[in-house]
Formats: sequence, structure tokens, C-alpha cells
Amino acid sequence: MNVNLLIWRQDGPDQPGRMAPYTVADVSPDMSILEMLDILNEQLTARGERPVEFDSDCREGICGACGLVINGVAHGPRSACTTCELRMRSFRDGETIAIEPWRANGFPIIRDLVVDRSAFDRIITAGGYISVNTGEAPDANSVPIGKVAAELAMDSAACIGCGACVAACPNASASLFTAAKIAQFARLPQGQLERHRRALRMVEQMDAEGFGDCSNHGECEAVCPKAISIETIAIMRREYLRATVKSA
Amino acid sequence: MSRPAAFPFDAKIPEGPLDAKWDLYQREMKLVSPANKRKKSVIVVGTGLAGASAAASLGELGYRVLNFCIQDSPRRAHSVAAQGGINAAKNYQNDGDSVWRLFHDTIKGGDYRAREANVYRLAQVSTRIIDQCAAQGVPFNREYGGTLANRSFGGAQVSRTFYARGQTGQQLLLGAYSALMRQVDEGTVSLYPRREMLDLVVIDGVARGIVCRNLVTGQIERYAADAVVLATGGYSTVFFLSTNAVNCNATAIWRCHKRGALFANPCFTQIHPTCLPQAGPTQSKLTLMSESLRNDGRVWVPKRKGDDRAPADIPEDERDYYLERIYPAFGNLVPRDIASRAAKRMCDDGFGVGPSKYSVYLDFGEAIGRLGRDKIAERYGNLFHMYEEITDDDPYATPMRIYPAPHYTMGGLWVDYNLMSTIPGLHVLGEANFSDHGANRLGASALMQGLADGYFVVPSTLGHYLASAKLDPVDTDHPEFVAAETGVRDLTARLLGVQGKKTVREYHWELGRILWDDVGMSRNAKGLEEALGSIRALREDFWKNVRVIGPDDEFNKGLEFAGRVADFFELGELMARDALQREESCGGHFRDEHQTQEGEALRDDENFAFVGAWEWKGGDTDPVLHKESLAFENVTLSQRSYK
Repeated sequence: MNVNLLIWRQDGPDQPGRMAPYTVADVSPDMSILEMLDILNEQLTARGERPVEFDSDCREGICGACGLVINGVAHGPRSACTTCELRMRSFRDGETIAIEPWRANGFPIIRDLVVDRSAFDRIITAGGYISVNTGEAPDANSVPIGKVAAELAMDSAACIGCGACVAACPNASASLFTAAKIAQFARLPQGQLERHRRALRMVEQMDAEGFGDCSNHGECEAVCPKAISIETIAIMRREYLRATVKSA
Repeated sequence: MSRPAAFPFDAKIPEGPLDAKWDLYQREMKLVSPANKRKKSVIVVGTGLAGASAAASLGELGYRVLNFCIQDSPRRAHSVAAQGGINAAKNYQNDGDSVWRLFHDTIKGGDYRAREANVYRLAQVSTRIIDQCAAQGVPFNREYGGTLANRSFGGAQVSRTFYARGQTGQQLLLGAYSALMRQVDEGTVSLYPRREMLDLVVIDGVARGIVCRNLVTGQIERYAADAVVLATGGYSTVFFLSTNAVNCNATAIWRCHKRGALFANPCFTQIHPTCLPQAGPTQSKLTLMSESLRNDGRVWVPKRKGDDRAPADIPEDERDYYLERIYPAFGNLVPRDIASRAAKRMCDDGFGVGPSKYSVYLDFGEAIGRLGRDKIAERYGNLFHMYEEITDDDPYATPMRIYPAPHYTMGGLWVDYNLMSTIPGLHVLGEANFSDHGANRLGASALMQGLADGYFVVPSTLGHYLASAKLDPVDTDHPEFVAAETGVRDLTARLLGVQGKKTVREYHWELGRILWDDVGMSRNAKGLEEALGSIRALREDFWKNVRVIGPDDEFNKGLEFAGRVADFFELGELMARDALQREESCGGHFRDEHQTQEGEALRDDENFAFVGAWEWKGGDTDPVLHKESLAFENVTLSQRSYK
């Protein structure tokens, strides 16, 4: 199959960007969209042009490095699927595909499709952990955790930190990301001692990074490659409220 | 006949009985007092399981830690992709497990090419890893009673593998990452993401810093410290197509090798049996399907050569469940090297399936019938989902098609019992070192080793080093720093200066083909000698005809890859050279000339029970092989049998 591409090109954070047209011929439907971009970059390199910069690493949907807005949708048309897992069979022969970076105040563009997501690391730094030094832990089976609680914790722990939730949100809110970590620990006995401090600090850091607030659009849930539910945000709100009352 | 030269380095294995070595050694190790720890700085390169756990633990102890990674966030290091699980000798299942049995399985699984003392320590600390991770909030799978669940993995007859669905690596890494970010919050660890280490700085024979490229700005940066810890992973991407992430590379370890660190057992590479089959040159990587699938999936091929019927149309009695047939004691759970070679043999003999005829079936039909679809979805849901996204086939309805792929490298920088390389001050952890898996790694043991090294080994041994070494203060204006930076800049200028016709990717693909064909699942002298010649020719052509697009002072992934591939040529050559000298078959290293009548690996313990550690002598002079002989005082070497 052949595809036409409109790809966002931008030389740096303060440079203007534009959508540039490209064509890639003889694309196999089994290729991933990133492999299709690899082929485009081979062609650009051979012509002496700068390749299109984009982040990707594991190429199997778990590291969270990749993330493109494809035809207006974060990670493209398939649900519960990262950009790197998206295959060209999801597109039609001759289709024009628009490819853009995550767009959010909290994620400044570095170059082309590469953005700076270090705000996520700073949110985790503000309390996305349980304070236990190496060597201090008791025997793992000394703290039983019900199967249901463990499974629910795992549902939100599955977050890969890709940032699609922010890219899809009309407010560019990082609520789903932040809530996923807060909810994971809120559901586990190990997380109880620090739950108030954690909720307060992480939410405040999220706000400080310039992400918007949540207004329940649900776009985040729709694009999340790990299908993390918006109910998670309700848990974060409850945790935050509770923390505000308890620490007042 | 001249006697071989004695191994010039001391592995520093402590005295005492095997089960007491680590405890006795810890009593003797020197300590850095709490007040002095904050005066000591440590560079940790890499944020995977080994790097993140080391950086976090060293930070907790009070050292000033500088932690570097090539990704935009430490949470994305490739440990994140490990699926199946982590071993630990907890014996929670009451099925006869013990530290001894985990040690023995690992030594035997590695085909008796690892050090007893290192492997025993690994088995000893394994139990504390699980405690630590559970306390961090890692959501391991649990039973209804609230206790931890276990499953079985290859090469073991007990259930000792702990797991978090099919994303254990992700959850363990996020646990280590959270501990790391806590230290960032505490101010003990400074984080340097999007940095690629391009050289080690050695001053007065001791590792004192690194030179790296800021991948955002392209600037070359220098960092000094009292010690350097490398945890930069393995080198499977030398094959181009592998299950590793596309940014995984050997540059950090290779440049340390060129600075004097010996490289041990480079030919010990693991080809993982359960991966998606290769498709073509446009493919960027191969995808692994966790070994845990072999708990419930059955591997088979049609009994008739070239049988083109759909799998559902092939009746039960016309299928060859060859692993169960050949290895009845372990069945589908034989170790990885055995399973991979069996699949290759089946396909070479014409029984393979799929368009290329180079794949075999992994069938869940029987397990779904026995346990129900829901149970299988609970155990492997994310893997089945991933398989379907890639292949457009529903593995609940039709068997998966799988074929072996490069996955893990047992070889790596040589380290002593302290995990210190032959360059004093340079410690190497996890997959980047050679130490614990011999010639073949068992499933669920990589996560165990990475975390053992980072959480429990290096915090002790590095303290011992820092307390013992006399280190003068250095700063980054030292001539060795200047020289290292100049070297890095010259290499970049050379890469950009060629302005040839072929892309880096084309060269990498060709190098990968040579290695896969001649230094892959089976090797022989003729192929290896040819590979040495063709790798050299390709490398020479690379430096005459590669095309890399500048500039060097901006974000430029093409330039990053060019430097990595330049190193892969040299490493690939060393792999072939090592495979050629090792005139035996062991673990993942299979020489066609050395096999039993049944086609199994035939070791030569008399002549090859050694670690092959190579010394770089500059590009124009051949490297020199040093042999560290392996003493087995506690296990009896036997022909591995899983029948």
C-alpha cells in the first residue's frame, strides 16, 4: 500500500512548526506505523534531508516512550494500543495520515514529534513511592493482600507514563497519570501511612507543572493504551479531599 | 608445551564454605561512616533494574549519586519489557525449593560456565528482593488468601517464579524507579536523563568519571566522581533484529572495554525460543512472548513435512509435540537454549509452519479446554492482546506461531566477586556484566540478578572499595577529561565526515545478518572464519561509505545510532573470535562440530571450564584472551539432561 503523510516538523522549542507532506510507497500492512516512519527516515537520509525525530524504544507497548497524535487521536485509531503497536493495516491504501506530537503546556516540544515529559517524573518525585529503604522490608508474605485489592492496584499500576491522557484532554490535564499512582498505593496496605501526604503533594505538583484540571471529558480513558479507567480520577479526588480534611 | 599464562586478575572469591562466603565477607568489608558517605560521589549509568536499584540504594545510604540514562525518563529502561517473572528461593509452595536448589538449577542451567560463589550469593539474596519489592507496593499476583502466587519457569521443577501478570519487569522497574525518585526528592540522587555515555575517564589507573552527550542539545558533558557504576544492559541489538528495545546498545560497555576493562564470554548469547517470527528487512525488532506461556502452551509442528493445512485441520495424532516427546521430564519447560535449538532443528528439517516455514506452533487449545478462557486471560491477557495487535490472529482461537530470537547476552564486562571490572573503581551490574548465568540464563533470572546486584551486592562492595581506595579529588578540567572529550568529538566528526551513500540502518541490518547466520544458534569454524572476514570488510566499507546527517549540536537520533553501530562492528568481531576459540558446545553456544549423537550440546570440561576474558589491544592488533579457570567444589559437572 501507499500512504501520504502530513507530519509536524519543528526545529526546536521556540521555532515555528509546520505540517510537511511526504509519501511512502510499498508499505506492508503488517508494518507498524513507526516502522513506516523508519522507512521514511531512510529515504530522507538518502536524500540528505533531516530525518523526522520521534521517540520510541521497546516497540512492544510497554516502555511508554512513543506517542504520536495520529489523525487527531493520541496513539491513533485503535483502542488500548500504543503508537508502536499500531499496524498499517489500520489505514487504507492511499490514505493521508496526519502525524503530530503530544500538545500540552506541560510537554514542551523538543524537536519534530519529540516532547519533554519530565514533568511526569517530577510528579512521581513528589510522593509516588512508599518510603522503605533497601533492607528494611519484612517477609513478603507477612502482609497479606487480598487478591481483589492486588488486582485493582495492578490495574492502575499498569500505567506506562506515555502522556496520551494529557495529549487527549481538552484541558491538557495530567489527572489520569497522577491518579493511577495515587490509586495504586491507596489500594495497598503498604501505601496507607503516607496516603495523605502523597495525595496532597502529587496533586500540587501536577498543578505546578502547568497541567489543567479534570472536567470529566473522559478523553483520557478513551486513548489510554492500558485502558486505565477514569474511575481512578475519582479515587484521586477522594484521596485529595480526605487528605485536605485530615491535615486541616 | 608451554603452560598457559596465569589469569592476571584476582576474582576475589572469599574463603570459606560456599554457603558462608558472603556472610563472612560482609563481616570483613570496610565501611564508610555515615558522615563520610555524603562526601563520596558515585556515577551510576543506566536506570534499569540494576541501575535504578543501585542508585536508589546508594542514595539511601547517603552517597551523592549522579544517575544517567539515555531515555527521557528512568522508568523506560528496557527492564520494563520483561514479562514473565522473577525467581526467588522462598519455598512458599512447599515444593522442595531452597537456596541450594536455586543455585544448583542456575549453575546447571548455565551449563557450568559460571562461578559457584557468585551464583550462590545470587540465590541467597533472592528472597530479600521479593520482600523489598512487596514493601515498595509492587502488585505481585496473589492467591485469595492474600499470599503471593508462583508459577513455573524453564529449567526448574519447582514453582519459584513471582510475577505481576505478564508485566513483571515493568512493575519491578517502577518499584525501583519509585525508590529512585524518592532519593531524587531527598536530594541524594541527581538525575541526568537523555544522556549517552560515550567514554570512561580513567585517571591514575582508576575510573573517575564519564563523558557523555546531552541528547537534547548535542553538547558533550563531563562528570567526575569517586567511582563509576555501569548498568547499561546487554548487547543483543548487535543482531539488529532482537527482542531488545531499539535504543539498547553496547557503547558504554564497549568504550570501557577499549579503556582496559576485559570483556568476558562475548559469544554467550541467548536466543529466546518464544518470539514472533522474523518477517523482513523493514521489521525494526522482534517481539518476545514470555516463557511463562510454556506453562500452559504446548509447542508442536505437523508430523508430515510441508503440511500446509490450517492448524485446526491437523488432527491430534498428526501433530508432533516434539518437546514433550524428546524431553518427557521437563516437556515444554526445558531451558531456553534447548527449546530454541529444537525449534531450529524442526524447521531446518522441513517441519516448520507459516509463510516462511520458519516458525512452530504454541498452542493453548488444551489449556483453554482445561482451565477455561477466563483463567488463561487472567494469566496471559496482555500477552495475547499484544500478539493479536501484531499478527491480527486471535491466539484464543488459533495457535500462536513462534520462532527463536536474540534476547539476552550472558557475556559482558568481566567483574570480580565485588562486581568490579579490571579497571579499579568501575563496577558493572546486571546484564552488562558476565557474571552469573554462565553459557545460558534461565527464565526469570535476569530480573533477579539485576536487583540482587543493585539492591544488595553493590551497596556493600562499593562501600568497601571507597573505604579502601585512596582517591585524590579530581575535577573535570583534568587532562584525561579533556582527552576523552576530544576523542568523542573526533569520532563524531569522522562519522559526519564520511558523507557516503549507505545508511547506518543498512549497515546494521547487514551486520545482523552475518551474526545471525554464522554466530547465531549454531556455529562452526568455517562460518565463524567467514564471519570474521565479512564483518571486517563491512566495517571498512562503513567508514568509507556511511551517510550520517548532521549537525552534532542538536537533537539527532541518526547520529546516536551511527556511533552505536560503529561499536557493534568491533563487538561483533569479538563475538565471532570468542565463538571460534571455544571448541566445545555449552548452553547458548552451540558448535556443530561438538554435539552428542542426539544432537545435544557436548561440553569439554577438561579444556574449556574457563571464563574467556578478552583484552583490547587497539584496533590494529588482535585482542588477547585471558582464561579464568572455573573451580567447581560443590557441584558435580554432568551432561545436562532434561529428558
